[in-house]
Amino acid sequence: MIWKIFLFLLITFVSIAGIAFPIVEKPTEWYQFPFIPGLEENAKIIFFHVPTAWLTVVAFLTSTVFSFKYLRKKNLDDDAKAYAAAQLGIIFCILATVTGAVWAKFAWGSFWSWDPRQTSIFALLLIYGALFALRSSIESEDKRATLSAVYSLIAFVTVPFFIFVMPRIMKGLHPGSADDTNAGPVVDFKMNSSMQLIFFLSLIGFTIFYFWMWRVGYKSLILKDKLDKQLIRG
Amino acid sequence: MIAKPYALFKKDFSSELRTRYAINSLAMFIIVAISVILFSIGNETITESLTGGLFWVVIFFTAMSGLSRAFVSEEERGTALTLQLIAAPSTVFSGKLLFNVILVFCMNTIIALLYSALFERFIVQNFPLFLVTFLLGNIGLAAASTIIAAIIAKAGAKGTLYPVLSFPILLPLILTCVQLTLFSFDGTRFEEAKFELAIVAGYDVIMLTASYMLFDFIWKD
Repeated sequence: MIWKIFLFLLITFVSIAGIAFPIVEKPTEWYQFPFIPGLEENAKIIFFHVPTAWLTVVAFLTSTVFSFKYLRKKNLDDDAKAYAAAQLGIIFCILATVTGAVWAKFAWGSFWSWDPRQTSIFALLLIYGALFALRSSIESEDKRATLSAVYSLIAFVTVPFFIFVMPRIMKGLHPGSADDTNAGPVVDFKMNSSMQLIFFLSLIGFTIFYFWMWRVGYKSLILKDKLDKQLIRG
Repeated sequence: MIAKPYALFKKDFSSELRTRYAINSLAMFIIVAISVILFSIGNETITESLTGGLFWVVIFFTAMSGLSRAFVSEEERGTALTLQLIAAPSTVFSGKLLFNVILVFCMNTIIALLYSALFERFIVQNFPLFLVTFLLGNIGLAAASTIIAAIIAKAGAKGTLYPVLSFPILLPLILTCVQLTLFSFDGTRFEEAKFELAIVAGYDVIMLTASYMLFDFIWKD
């Protein structure tokens, strides 16, 4: 219970600080954010957009880890864990796509321009969608678990291409791309310490939130499974 | 090591020769797809980059229409269980992969020939680069679509699911191959395309390894 209150306070603080703290040319007070060329006032989305994108990847990773575990141990609980992670992953993936598109509208002038990062998040969205399409097409529980685990592992090996390779060969607008000159690696040196603090607090807060939701998700899936089996037997 | 997959390949090949289902339907599909593109272009001259992109669009959809046969036909004829009894999973996968690689090579060669005959801007300046791209791209395409075909066959042969599952997996390969094809149109030298070629080669290696390791789980019920 105590950590739920802590989480509530943390996310409330991050939301208020992220939205309300001013961006100025030369920060003098601790609550002022520096002016980052190329990002300007849009820089504030960093506190909400980056955590959603991060959680998309974390959810995909947890889903893959538990898929791998399922293939080794054949325990259906692992499949429920992988499925719950994928369910959360697609929600955060949609959120990251939408917040990114809104940001792109104001920073680059159009909602969608096939920037490498946009291409990769789109591919991740397609992977999640394909995974759910595959799951819904199979009746048998074991078969569904095995095939979706195999598919998510195959999809996982292509992820390095999207995250590390695509942004380096395609011209991009997103901070951190190959030909990026002004916005550069934002996290490393463009942020001041208070901005970094809030950024990392936001990441931590959202990550705890994710793991909480994930636990609730897989527990309810496992319970539902158990009740179904009881109904069939009784 | 080679003999057993080859025997499986010969079995697939002779059963294919008997019905000619895949060859006929793929050939017709290629003609239909290219004529749809030609009709929609009309009298206009399209740019090189569009030609290169459309080349891989036709390759992708042709692969999606034909390559699932390898495993789906076994499930349809009810011979999958027999195959499970007489051959090891890696043998089955190698045999099917060999069949699909050869099928992909044949169909893509036909597509490339038709493109060079029918499209004005399909002019390859750096032929060796195009050839290497073509080889590596075909191997990657065959590897990824064979393992997805195995999944599809076990999922009850859902035809529409095949492109849905394959597209995100094939996307890095297709994007890089389109880029390399454009390089070969422009006459870019090998040294400048080294990074892209390394990506395609890396994709092939990773996809082949992952497929071999994961095929056991799909194949054993």
